[in-house]
Amino acid sequence: MASISFQVNGQPRTVDAEPEMPLLWVLRDVLQLTGTKFGCGMALCGACTVHINGDAVRSCVTQISTVAGKSVTTIEGLSASGGDAVQQAWIAEQVPQCGYCQSGQIMAAVALLARTPKPTDSDIDRGMSGNICRCGTYQRIRRAIHRAAGQLEADTNPVAGVSTGGKQ
Amino acid sequence: MRSSSVGSKPSRRSFLKTTAASGAALVVGFYLPEMAFAEGQEAPRVNPFNAWVRIDSDGKVTLTAAKSEMGQGVLTSLAMILADELEVDWKMVHIQQAETKPEIYPDLGTGGSGSVAGSYLPLRQAGAAAREMLVLTAAKTWRVDPVTCRATDGAVFHNPRGHRLAYAELVEKASKLPVPDLETVKLKNPDNFRYIGKSIPRVDSPSKVDGTAQFGLDVRVPGMLYAVVARCPVFEGKAKHFDATKAKALPGVRAVVEIPAVVDGSHSAGGIAVVADNTWAAIRGRQALEIEWDNGPHAGESSESLSAQLQSLTAKPAKLVRETGNVEAALSHEGPAKIEAAYELPFLAHATMEPMNCTADVRADHAEVWAPTQGPVWIRDLVAQVSGLPKESVAVHTTLMGGAFGRRYQTDFAVEAAQMSKALGKPVHVVWTREDDMQHDFYRPAFHHRLAAVLDGQKVTAWRHRMSSTPIAPYWRPNGKPEESEVGGAVYLPYLVPNFRLEYAPAASGVPRAWWRSVENSSNGFVVESFVDELAAAAKTDPLEFRLRLIGAPRKVGDLKDEDNPPLDTARFKALLELVAGKSGWGKPLSPGRARGIAAFYSFNTYAAQVAEVSVASGGKLRVHRVTCAVDCGRAVDPDGVKAQMESAIVYALSAALMGEITIANGSVQQSNFNDYQVLRMNDMPEIEVFIMPSTVAPTGIGEPGVPPLAPAVTNAIFAATGKRIRRLPIRAEDLA
Repeated sequence: MASISFQVNGQPRTVDAEPEMPLLWVLRDVLQLTGTKFGCGMALCGACTVHINGDAVRSCVTQISTVAGKSVTTIEGLSASGGDAVQQAWIAEQVPQCGYCQSGQIMAAVALLARTPKPTDSDIDRGMSGNICRCGTYQRIRRAIHRAAGQLEADTNPVAGVSTGGKQ
Repeated sequence: MRSSSVGSKPSRRSFLKTTAASGAALVVGFYLPEMAFAEGQEAPRVNPFNAWVRIDSDGKVTLTAAKSEMGQGVLTSLAMILADELEVDWKMVHIQQAETKPEIYPDLGTGGSGSVAGSYLPLRQAGAAAREMLVLTAAKTWRVDPVTCRATDGAVFHNPRGHRLAYAELVEKASKLPVPDLETVKLKNPDNFRYIGKSIPRVDSPSKVDGTAQFGLDVRVPGMLYAVVARCPVFEGKAKHFDATKAKALPGVRAVVEIPAVVDGSHSAGGIAVVADNTWAAIRGRQALEIEWDNGPHAGESSESLSAQLQSLTAKPAKLVRETGNVEAALSHEGPAKIEAAYELPFLAHATMEPMNCTADVRADHAEVWAPTQGPVWIRDLVAQVSGLPKESVAVHTTLMGGAFGRRYQTDFAVEAAQMSKALGKPVHVVWTREDDMQHDFYRPAFHHRLAAVLDGQKVTAWRHRMSSTPIAPYWRPNGKPEESEVGGAVYLPYLVPNFRLEYAPAASGVPRAWWRSVENSSNGFVVESFVDELAAAAKTDPLEFRLRLIGAPRKVGDLKDEDNPPLDTARFKALLELVAGKSGWGKPLSPGRARGIAAFYSFNTYAAQVAEVSVASGGKLRVHRVTCAVDCGRAVDPDGVKAQMESAIVYALSAALMGEITIANGSVQQSNFNDYQVLRMNDMPEIEVFIMPSTVAPTGIGEPGVPPLAPAVTNAIFAATGKRIRRLPIRAEDLA
């Protein structure tokens, strides 16, 4: 057991855990932050995606020892850290069905937009193909990302107007 | 469960009664039809109601119903239907999951694409009854004729005198009135629908974008322990010996317990359970177990042995399911062309995003269970059985589900949680890893089909279909008719065939199987619509034109005495093919290398037609670029929800057609995770367009009917592009190269 300190959604947290315990299970079972989902345990599906120091990572294969001193953002803390436009776009495009994968999809989309503020369809293919959705909401996810990109652009440059978020 | 099984029998209507009102709330009890089960399988009903509309004195409207939300948007659709007929803002309607208790005996489950179809009329009747009571109360208060009053937006108005009374003010008095007969209560004119037919934002979206939606895997109960189970990799095998010394020495591991298999009614595998302080510790503990398995009777089974068995069963006459005319005579007739083809389909896993899981707290005198389930009553019954408690002492809370697709009709995960909780005297939360979920699923059966037909010019004069599969019904019930959940969609064709014969032979297999989104229609849609396409090609005719001609004059096709399965209306089938053809640009030029394929299928009382546009590059690289879908599901309650379900079904079916295959070696599943059981991802997503046929008839199923036409639309497009006929799924590069 080791005592490991890091930030979660802006709050300092210290946990006593096995150093190799994945961040996913620390979040879900120790810190009771269940918005981050378990899907595969092998970084194959993206359901467990969180941000560490702003980068999207798969928490199911991220040992807690490597997170010491870092800043973790989960879906629960996303709107406070600027993810609101993406979440609102998800609702506007009526993306979620079962909703289970959507925490990870949204975390991946926010990271994509931070890197690529106006993503093309192929940018979206590259940025989002690590995230599986069994309800098949991909087409709506694509539309929602375009919509959020338009909204974020309008927020930073109000004169440019708001994109309708349609397929490009 | 029968696959196409929605709608209520007239005899059910006699159960429609209403409750006495209680306190200052107006309550109307009513009955939502259950899934139709095989005769004699239905549980006795101890209460005439299974759903309630309640209006409180603050105007809040609560609908209590046992319908599980698994992504299909049922909560939103039910709120729309009730709000419309009751004349309240849909935002005022709160939906409460009915507890699974005998005193409020709820529906047997959510599936068969039946929730909206089955709830539409009863829910409207209940809403109309409550509205009528409120209007009568207002009219009495004002001493005016009720017909001069109208209800809208949660209030009753009498315009001539400018009277208005909110429902909240009327509830107490209205609750003392007798409830009108739900069978004869006056329903709203559909022309005045305010919500039905128009889409509203899904009620569950906000919680699904901020992480607050609680799925089964998110249940946290005070004092709860986390568990994983080591199950024998071979179906129906069990532990011979095990040594838990190393597992128990690991930090966080609290206990290791053996749990027995429960075969009857559950097919729960049993195994060695590791219970720990968190999921990770339990997983590590399981890795440290040393187990010697007794592999049981199925250790010799393999995909090769099963395939050989299936092929030999279709090579000879089998049990007759239905015949018209004389197929053998027509087939032996010299002259017209005889066309033959054989098709093979694999086992498929459900692979819901949320792996199986359950939380149970079994005490000496009662038990509580939190389960992501399509069938809470079955969970209750099995938990009662393994806990040794009476059924009425078991409460089942249905959680949100991260996908279901039929898998969550099973009870194995709940049996395990209850067994462990009982053994330890603590709440236990069992988690299935992805590998557990993939290797201990109840799979879509494997099928083999042989078809033979006689083509006489543009006419098909004979059609013989010999089918074999690993049947679902006898796996669950020893006396279940083998063909019960295997032949649907192949028994009656929308096409004119004077001599028709369908035969079925069950294969012996230990592989667990059950219902998978659209059940046997997922196999039979592929086979029927592929073979029709083969006949069109043999007739050297455009596949759409060939189908339209073969459909012939408008008529009803099916067992006209079967109340639960209305016959197929060939006029609707034909109109839908024409709609999808027009919307997809059928017959118009495409960019080089691309081709279209078409297919249509009737399942769950709904018509679905699809056109796929594909290209096949050198080396066999297939790309599905576009799918155009048309659907006739009667009146579309929530059109955007219908479109979402079609998109979903297309993606689910495309994953299966392109990549889905569970294979067996030494009695075990060879796939384990999304690396070797691959599913469609964003980069392979086709563009999908969905068109809804306008209709005023009652709504029909929507969750599953989008699945069956997809695979044949794609493989028919491959044929159009390459001349290669795909007769086995999934589509393999070697079959394309």
